[in-house]
Amino acid sequence: MENKDNQLPLWEVFIQKGSSPFKHEGSVHASDSKMALQNARDIYTRRGEGRHIWVVPSVAIASTDLNDEAEFFDPSDDKIYRHPTFYTMPAGAKNI
Amino acid sequence: MTEEEKLFHFNEIIARDEKIEPKDWMPEAYRKTVLRQMVQHAHSEVIGMQPEGNWVLRAPTLRAKKILLAKIQDEGGHGLYLYSAAETLGQDRSEMIEQLHEGKAKYSHIFNYPTLNWADIGAIGWLVDGAAIVNQVSLQRTSYGPYSRAMVRICKEESFHQRQGYEIMAKMMNGTEAQKEMAQDAMNRWWWPSLMMFGPHDKDSWHTQESMQWKIKRASNDELRQKFIDKTVDQAHVIGLTVPDKDLKFNEDTKHWEIGTINWDEFWNVVKGNGQCNHKRMAHHIRFHNEGRWVREAVLSYAEKINEFQTAN
Amino acid sequence: MNKNEATYNYVLRLADNSMILAQRLAEWCSKGPILEEDLAMTNISLDLLGQAENFYNYAAELKGNTVTADQLAFLRSEREYMNNLLVEQPNGDFAFSMMRQLMYSCLAKHWYEGLLNSKDEMIASLAAKALKEVKYHLRHSSEWIIRFGNGTEESKQRSEFALSELWRFREDMFETNEVDDLLLPEGIIVNLKDIYPMWKAEMTFILEEAGMQIPEVHNTIKGSLQGIHTEHLGHLLCEMQYLQRTHPGAEW
Repeated sequence: MENKDNQLPLWEVFIQKGSSPFKHEGSVHASDSKMALQNARDIYTRRGEGRHIWVVPSVAIASTDLNDEAEFFDPSDDKIYRHPTFYTMPAGAKNI
Repeated sequence: MTEEEKLFHFNEIIARDEKIEPKDWMPEAYRKTVLRQMVQHAHSEVIGMQPEGNWVLRAPTLRAKKILLAKIQDEGGHGLYLYSAAETLGQDRSEMIEQLHEGKAKYSHIFNYPTLNWADIGAIGWLVDGAAIVNQVSLQRTSYGPYSRAMVRICKEESFHQRQGYEIMAKMMNGTEAQKEMAQDAMNRWWWPSLMMFGPHDKDSWHTQESMQWKIKRASNDELRQKFIDKTVDQAHVIGLTVPDKDLKFNEDTKHWEIGTINWDEFWNVVKGNGQCNHKRMAHHIRFHNEGRWVREAVLSYAEKINEFQTAN
Repeated sequence: MNKNEATYNYVLRLADNSMILAQRLAEWCSKGPILEEDLAMTNISLDLLGQAENFYNYAAELKGNTVTADQLAFLRSEREYMNNLLVEQPNGDFAFSMMRQLMYSCLAKHWYEGLLNSKDEMIASLAAKALKEVKYHLRHSSEWIIRFGNGTEESKQRSEFALSELWRFREDMFETNEVDDLLLPEGIIVNLKDIYPMWKAEMTFILEEAGMQIPEVHNTIKGSLQGIHTEHLGHLLCEMQYLQRTHPGAEW
C-alpha cells in the first residue's frame, strides 16, 4: 500500500472568549482531533484569547452556495413585521 | 445572473469598500491575483523563520532568547493564518508547497540575505519588520475578506517585533566599540534591501494598476516606501546610526527625507535567484519537508486506523 | 555544605534541565515535519525557557544576588552544569525528540507535583507554575509516541530505536547525592528514588498504548550530578554561550 503524504486534513477553528458565542477564527491542519485542538490552541490562543475551542473537519461543514442566496435569504427581507420598528406604540408606554 | 450582472455586482461591492468572501463570484483574474499574493506572503513568513532561527541558539541573554523565539513563533503563526486564508480559494497547502519548491511561487526577496552577526537580528526586527508593518497596515483594508481579517490579526501581533529589533540596535549602539561596529555593519547591509521590499517604483510596476483597481492593494509602492523612510531615518539618527546613503537629504519644503538611487540590478538579481541565500533557503525547506514525510505518513495512517468520525470506508 | 548552598545547588538542577532542553527544542525552528508542529515545539521551548529563567533568578537570589541569572546560564562551564544526561542528547529525528520529551516531561510532572509541598515557598510556587506547562508537554509528547507506535512500520521502528537509545539515561535522571540527603529531612525537596516507580509505571502505560514495551537495555550511563556529562554538552554550551564569552562584560 502506497503511503499518503500531504499537509494533513483541514479543520476549521471556533473559539469562545468569556461567554460570547463561538467565533470562527481560521483553520489548522491536523490528522486527528487531539492534534487539531492542540494546534488550534498553539496558533489562535497565544495571547490568552480563549476559553473553549471547537475544531471541525472542514469537509464536515455544509454551507450555502452563492446560487442559493436568492432562495435562502431574500424571503426574509420582505417580512418586516419581524422587526420591532414595524409597530407603533402608544405614547407614554414604557419597557415595551 | 448574467456574467455582466455578476461583474457589475462584484465591482459594486469593491466600490462600497465591502469585502469579497470565498463563496462570492469573482473574476478569474482577481481570484488568481489575490491567491498568488496571499500564498507568497505566507511563504515569506515561513522562509523568514530561517535567517532569524540562525541566531536563536546564540541569543546573548535569557531575555533576548525568549523574545526572539516568541517572534519566530509569531512568524510561523502568521504564515499559518495566511495559508489558511489562501486555502479558502480552493488550493491545497500541499500544492502551494510544491510550487514553492519548484520555484513557481516566490517569497519576499529580503530573506535571501544572510544574518551575519547579532545586530542583523536587530536590523531585521527594526527595518524588515518595520517595512512589513507599513505594508501590512495598508493591507488591513484589502478587499478579500479572509486576507483582510488575517492582516488585522497579524498587525495586532506585529508591533512588538519592531520594538524588539530597535531595542537591540539601541543597546548595541550604547555598548562596546565592537558592538557599535556590528550594529553599523548590519545597518549598512540591511538598509537598501529593506527599501527594496516595497517593490519597484510606481512607474515601473505593472501589477499595481489592476491590484489597486480591485482594492487588493490600497496604497502604491512609492507611497509606502516614503512612509517607511520618513519614520526610520529619524529612528536611526536617535541612536547614532549612519544611514548608508550619501545622497540622503531632508527636503524642508515637502518635509520628507529624499534618498539616493536604489540599485534595482541588485533587487532583480536576488529575485531571479542569485542572492547570497536563495539556494540555502530553498534547499533547507525542501530537505526538512522531505525529512518530515515519514511523520505525516504515520499520522495519516494512525488517523485512518482510529477512524474518529466513524465514517464508512 | 549548609542549607542555603544545598538549595542553590538543587535549584540549579531544575534550571539547567529546563535550559538545556529548551535549547535543544529551539534547534527545531524551521525544521519541523509540518508547520503547526514547528509552532508547537517552539511553544514548549518557550515554556521551558521561562521555567529556566525563574529558577536561575531564584538561584541568583540564594547567592545574595552576587551573580545574575544570565551569568549562571551563560558563564558556567560543562563541569558546573547540573542538567541530567537525557536532556542534552541531540535531537535526532522527530521520534527521538518526542521520546526524549516524553521521558523528561513524565519525570518533571511527578517531580514538580512532589515539590508542591516544599517548605521552601519559592520552590513550591515555581513548581506549581511549571507543573501546568509540563502536563501539557507530557500530553503532547505521549500522543505523538502513541501515533507513531500505531502509525506505520517506519514510525514504530524509529520510536523503538529512540527508546532503546535513551533508556540508558534513566538512572541518571533519578540520581541523588549529599544535597538531597541534607534537604530531604528539611521538607524542602522530594525523594527522586520515590518518584522512579511512578515514572516507570506511567511510562509503561503510555508505551503500551503505543504498542511498545520497556526495552532490555543493560547499558547505563550516569554522572550528571558530578558534572560528568556526555560529550554533547560541550558543543551545545559552546554555541549557546558564544556571544557572552566573545564579548566579556558587554550588555545586550
